[in-house]
Amino acid sequence: MQSWLNQPLTWGNVLVLFLWAVVFLFIVLGFVTYAIYFERKVIGWMQLRIGPNRVGPFGMLQTVADIFKLLIKEDTIPRKADRVLFILAPALAYVPAFSVLAVLPYTQNLYFADLNVGLLYYVALSGISTLAIVVGGWASNNKYALLGGMRSAAQMISYEVPLVISVVGVILLSGSLNLRDIVAAQGGGWFWEWNFLPQIIGFVVFIIAAVSELNRTPFDLPEAESELVAGYHVEYSGFRFAFFMLSEYVYVYAIAALTTVLFLGGWHAPAPFLDFVPGIVWFLLKFAFIVFFLFWIRATLPRIRVDQLMALGWKVLLPVSLLNVFLTAVYLELFIKN
Amino acid sequence: MIRTEELLLNVGPQHPSTHGVFRIIVKLDGEVITEATPVMGYLHRGTEKIAENLNFTQIIPYTDRMDYVSAMTNNYVLVHAVETMMGLEVPQRAEYLRLVVMELQRVASHLVWWGTYLLDIGAMSPFLYAFRDREIIIDLFNELCGARLTYNYMRVGGVKWDAPPGWIDKVHAFIPYMESKLLEYDKLVSGNEIFLARIKGIGAYDATTAINYGLTGANLRCTGVNFDIRKAEPYSLYSQFEFDVPLGSTGDCYDRYRIRLEEIRQSLRILRQALAQFPQGGDTMGKVPRVLRPPAGEVYVRIESPRGEIGCHIVSKGKAEPYRLKFRRPSFVNLQILPKLLVGETMTNLITILGGIDIVVGEVDC
Amino acid sequence: MSEEQGREAEKPLVNDTPVDAEREAKLKAAAEARAARTAAKEKAEASAAETVPELPKAPSPKQPELDKLAALIKQEIAESAVEDFYLNELNGDMPILIINNRYWREVAKLLKEHEELKFNYLRNVSGVDYETHMEVVYHLLSLDSKREAAMKLRTDRDAASVFSATPVWATANWNEREIYDLLGVDFPGHPDMRRIMMPDDWVGHPLRKDYEPIDPEV
Repeated sequence: MQSWLNQPLTWGNVLVLFLWAVVFLFIVLGFVTYAIYFERKVIGWMQLRIGPNRVGPFGMLQTVADIFKLLIKEDTIPRKADRVLFILAPALAYVPAFSVLAVLPYTQNLYFADLNVGLLYYVALSGISTLAIVVGGWASNNKYALLGGMRSAAQMISYEVPLVISVVGVILLSGSLNLRDIVAAQGGGWFWEWNFLPQIIGFVVFIIAAVSELNRTPFDLPEAESELVAGYHVEYSGFRFAFFMLSEYVYVYAIAALTTVLFLGGWHAPAPFLDFVPGIVWFLLKFAFIVFFLFWIRATLPRIRVDQLMALGWKVLLPVSLLNVFLTAVYLELFIKN
Repeated sequence: MIRTEELLLNVGPQHPSTHGVFRIIVKLDGEVITEATPVMGYLHRGTEKIAENLNFTQIIPYTDRMDYVSAMTNNYVLVHAVETMMGLEVPQRAEYLRLVVMELQRVASHLVWWGTYLLDIGAMSPFLYAFRDREIIIDLFNELCGARLTYNYMRVGGVKWDAPPGWIDKVHAFIPYMESKLLEYDKLVSGNEIFLARIKGIGAYDATTAINYGLTGANLRCTGVNFDIRKAEPYSLYSQFEFDVPLGSTGDCYDRYRIRLEEIRQSLRILRQALAQFPQGGDTMGKVPRVLRPPAGEVYVRIESPRGEIGCHIVSKGKAEPYRLKFRRPSFVNLQILPKLLVGETMTNLITILGGIDIVVGEVDC
Repeated sequence: MSEEQGREAEKPLVNDTPVDAEREAKLKAAAEARAARTAAKEKAEASAAETVPELPKAPSPKQPELDKLAALIKQEIAESAVEDFYLNELNGDMPILIINNRYWREVAKLLKEHEELKFNYLRNVSGVDYETHMEVVYHLLSLDSKREAAMKLRTDRDAASVFSATPVWATANWNEREIYDLLGVDFPGHPDMRRIMMPDDWVGHPLRKDYEPIDPEV
């Protein structure tokens, strides 16, 4: 991949890169399809239900059927909606979600873009999705959607800050913004050398802020169905709704992968003698665990209130993450530098 | 200067958390409610008007449909009113059966409340746990009278069906099961920090306000007023059993939550005692004239439904049909305090407070 | 605001005094003509209990309570405030007082605030259409002494109006709205008198005995 990127841009190269992107898109779509299936099954089991079991063997094709249904549905746009923004919003939500995936490394050799500012790129782009939600909520010309959009804007801005600051510790430790270098810095030893233990404060803050960024329970206020009916996408249906849904799950993918990379040692084995297992397996295991964790808390926790959410973000997470940066810096100054 | 504008938001009648077709128009300043106006009547079926053209046995199914989450207690208040008017004796076995189904109903009703309340707060799983356990009660009722929700089980002077063989044992087995599940509920939800942060100190009022608004049930007892009609004005066989009336002190949603869970425990306690003394054999239907003609006059009787005081005011002219039948519905009366509680609260708390009052729209609108 | 409304609403009623008496007479005549068993029995019982306590049936233990209540209202408010009072035998001897509508606001206040009575809890409000007149029944309870009493207010059918008890017991609010909606009894002094169950543009009051539905098939 890297070699393709480094070559001069020719039509042939563009074609190859484009095909790669398409292949990757299908991988992501496959992930989303089965993440939804997995979520419904897992939550179903936790809630004494069976989950999807009708379409295909074990209900494996349920999500496919659902997406198909969404695609053939009538495309409705409310008469009083702001047409241009209404149409733009789902695309605006999806594009950054897909773009951030470019910088995520899966193994030593399997990666797409090797950006030196990979982490920064991720954080910057994922912030754009907030815009999409606000735009969607505003354009729908629906009060529930507007409230959902406003909540979302407030929430995402509030949690973007601790999220970024919580990873500063990791950056300090590995000395790089490049995600591949961050993984490499954690490698070679036992699992307690991964960032999640040395950076335990940062890790906890990161997880909380990440769940909030994903708008998932207990932070799913923008679409709190018991208050706001469906929040910002209340007026959306058909494939436009599918795009919102899709970008939500793509972010699940992205956050799970990012957590794995930043804190769980990426493709490294938890113990030196387990090195014979291919790195991609380790990566996928850790990745799957994070995804499972997200579904698990969804089945367990109630929703937090919007003012409590803000208080938690600004009064707890932000100071704690700043403290973490400070502690890490002091540690580096005192013990590592000399 | 920034120009701000209040937002008029129509919550309901089709809203996932108004528990049916209840509607409330709120004026929002940001997310803070400045004014709330409840609108009801979407489920008004004119039960009281219909009842004026029916004889008393025919009215019983209509009472099922008022508070459809707790149909047994509704059945009881009507037949109890007619029995009071006519001075009818109810056989022991029938009275015991009534008491057992009423207490089971109270458990079932509180389970529905518990589940849906947690759903309002945003936790999905407890809802399904509650319905798993409620299902057992529903099955018991189904076995008893062939219906799952609208039972039409009680009759003036007794009950329609005797318990099938083995039914009492099944109720017996249910009690320890439910007690263990209550512990599970406590472990899963009652100590959850997010949950507590959501309900503690929300929608609080004091005893004087509660009495002035005529609140009953857990809504009154959460302020510490000890008024449970089963204790204060015993009807049926309640005076024979030992049970506590759980009381709160702060009058907030958390107290209401604790009280309702504790009431399930107390109901199980009553059930246990009732089953121990359950009469073997005997009639389930007393001596009742073929056509029920209560003497001219009027009567107001009240019992403790899961939601509070349900009353029945019958005016009779000595005919087979009531001259006027008025139900005092606890949901309807309890709901009156809602606009007062909502002012100054956020949109999120609207749902928390409304859920905490525990209404059934079928009963509000009657 | 409610006070002002109440004062305004008071005017026609005060002017109505002769009509009031007339109505009373009509009412009594009608009751006698129908020879309703209740009226006769209750009257007999009430008067019997007052004059000759030595009846074959022992007087109810609640009789003194009722007498005291009636006397208290008469003494504190006015002699004519209580039109009649009796015990409702069917209902476990619940004391029932028929209050003159003109004094209802004062009586309600007294019932709630008087040291001995403290009827602080209004459990039910019912409206009944008796075809000759309308009746609004307030079922009261004192949570301290657990004593019960029912207050009845009678009013004309054509211009049915009873002073609102909402300023005294907030419970009455929606109950009175419901009675207004379904029976067409107006409650001067009520803070928000609108229909509650039926649509705002509904014609008629369904629970009235002479109500004709728009579509009789329904």
